[in-house]
Amino acid sequence: MKFSIHPFNFRWVLYVLLGVYAIVTLIPFLWALSASFKPLSEIIAGDFFPHHFTLDNYRQIFLEQPLFLRWLFNSVFIAVCVTVLNLLFNSMAGYALARLQFRGKQFWFLVILAVLAVPAQVTLIPTFLILKSFGWLNSYQGMVIPGMINATFIFMMRQFFINFPRSLEEAAALDGLNTLQIFWYIVLPLAKPAIAAQAVFIFMGSWNNFLLPVVILFEPEMFTLPLGLNTFKGQYISYWNYIMAASMMFTLPMFGLYIFFNRYFIQSVTFTGGKG
Amino acid sequence: MLKRRRRSHLTTPGIRTEGAGYLLMAPAILGLGFFTIAPILFAIFLSFQKVKLLGGIEYEFVGLRNFARLAADDRLWIALKNTAEYVAIVVPAQTVLALALAATLNAGIKGQNIWRILFFLPTITSSAVLTLIFMWIYNADGLLNQALALVGLPTYNWLSDPNVALKGIMIMNIWSTAPFFMVIYLAALQDIPRSLYESAEIDGANSWQQFRYITLPQLRPVTFFVVAMGVIGTFQLFDQSYIFSGGSGGPNNATLTVVLLIYQSVFRDLQLGYAAAIAFLLAIVIITVTLIQQHIFGQEST
Repeated sequence: MKFSIHPFNFRWVLYVLLGVYAIVTLIPFLWALSASFKPLSEIIAGDFFPHHFTLDNYRQIFLEQPLFLRWLFNSVFIAVCVTVLNLLFNSMAGYALARLQFRGKQFWFLVILAVLAVPAQVTLIPTFLILKSFGWLNSYQGMVIPGMINATFIFMMRQFFINFPRSLEEAAALDGLNTLQIFWYIVLPLAKPAIAAQAVFIFMGSWNNFLLPVVILFEPEMFTLPLGLNTFKGQYISYWNYIMAASMMFTLPMFGLYIFFNRYFIQSVTFTGGKG
Repeated sequence: MLKRRRRSHLTTPGIRTEGAGYLLMAPAILGLGFFTIAPILFAIFLSFQKVKLLGGIEYEFVGLRNFARLAADDRLWIALKNTAEYVAIVVPAQTVLALALAATLNAGIKGQNIWRILFFLPTITSSAVLTLIFMWIYNADGLLNQALALVGLPTYNWLSDPNVALKGIMIMNIWSTAPFFMVIYLAALQDIPRSLYESAEIDGANSWQQFRYITLPQLRPVTFFVVAMGVIGTFQLFDQSYIFSGGSGGPNNATLTVVLLIYQSVFRDLQLGYAAAIAFLLAIVIITVTLIQQHIFGQEST
């Protein structure tokens, strides 16, 4: 509908480009997937497809590592808590910074930009000391509370809200809704695509987080999946077949979550399609 | 204050907006205050100390000595140069790629759902796995060299040749980060009012003109976010250069980045004070670049 000038030629070139890019994207992933079904000797030989297809690598992870399901639970529980809190708190702060007038607004926006500029490697030891003084080491709250807010996504939500048309909010204000009601009933439902994107990224960040858990979690029962898989890596050093199987177990839930939220990025496109 | 009140767009009284502003900001201020700002203040304190980690922690005030050391540190300047080169190439490349992918996937092509899922794969695959896969691809007789040889291009030893080692990391990072920003652009494209395109079509604007005069200006605030986060992320490059070089920044300092240098100062040399000083130099560079950008992207809050 949009490429209506040279519909045939342009589309043909476009699909070829998309296809080539998809191949570039897929090869590394397929290599890892294929490796997870191979015996070790074949991975080292370097062929792409498995000659002796095997599920042994996956069996090994579940049987040899009794805590695997516990780690999976810890990771899911922490990631879900962190995501729910972030979606609410980041959107609230982003909206305030984009739309509301209050003293120190510009100051807080600069603080958020400044916070992003400091690398995590420097604040890691101070964060550990603070969590230790709260008695939160090796606990769920030690993982969830420090991660409940994220400057990156406050910034992102602000940039989204700035672009929203003001007319709806103004109409709602005339109808007598207060600022908080406008935020909750009018603005949040409109922000679905941005919130869906945020949900994917925050869940992914928590899911992949390695730096914080490695410093504050030390009992195997409290480990998250990346930490658990890492001990696994140490145990079976250079056993690429197990490492690849473990990596796939680790990546697939994320993949499912993305597919679920993906529908929100195309919402209004289908809407346009129906019209055209 | 008067000026601010005048700009208030809502009909609610100024006082209530003031209260609502801080109410909505409260979790952010508390969360960031305890777990980000307090650690940063502690790190600022450290940058004026010589820290001894023998037994317990001991501090000795050394004034500006850590900062004075910065100027004389040759490896810092190499790291800054590598990092700047990395930022200058990766940020524009990944931003344009992300926007191109998002605009294409949003244009109503066939199977767009499948494309979106395929293109996002690099971002959900964990970075450790990605780096391992790329080390395999970059091997002397790995996939990339086989492909280059096939079409008659020169091959390189991507992992150990100082001239190309950083470029290898650049290619990998552009490839794996672009889908992240693609998703943000996709979400942003959903928020552009359809009526703008409809009236442009009535005016006879073709698809390029619509992109140039509606899409790009409407995406401006989000592009500011994408470029700013790109700059911050690339200036803080660490994981990939750490894994590629085994933590050394080699070959011949070719993959040494500022954050890798900070990491070495903290965990190898145990010089927490000096590491904090480098971090603040880096933070100042990043903030300066971000503020310049904010100025360029200015007039966003109309």
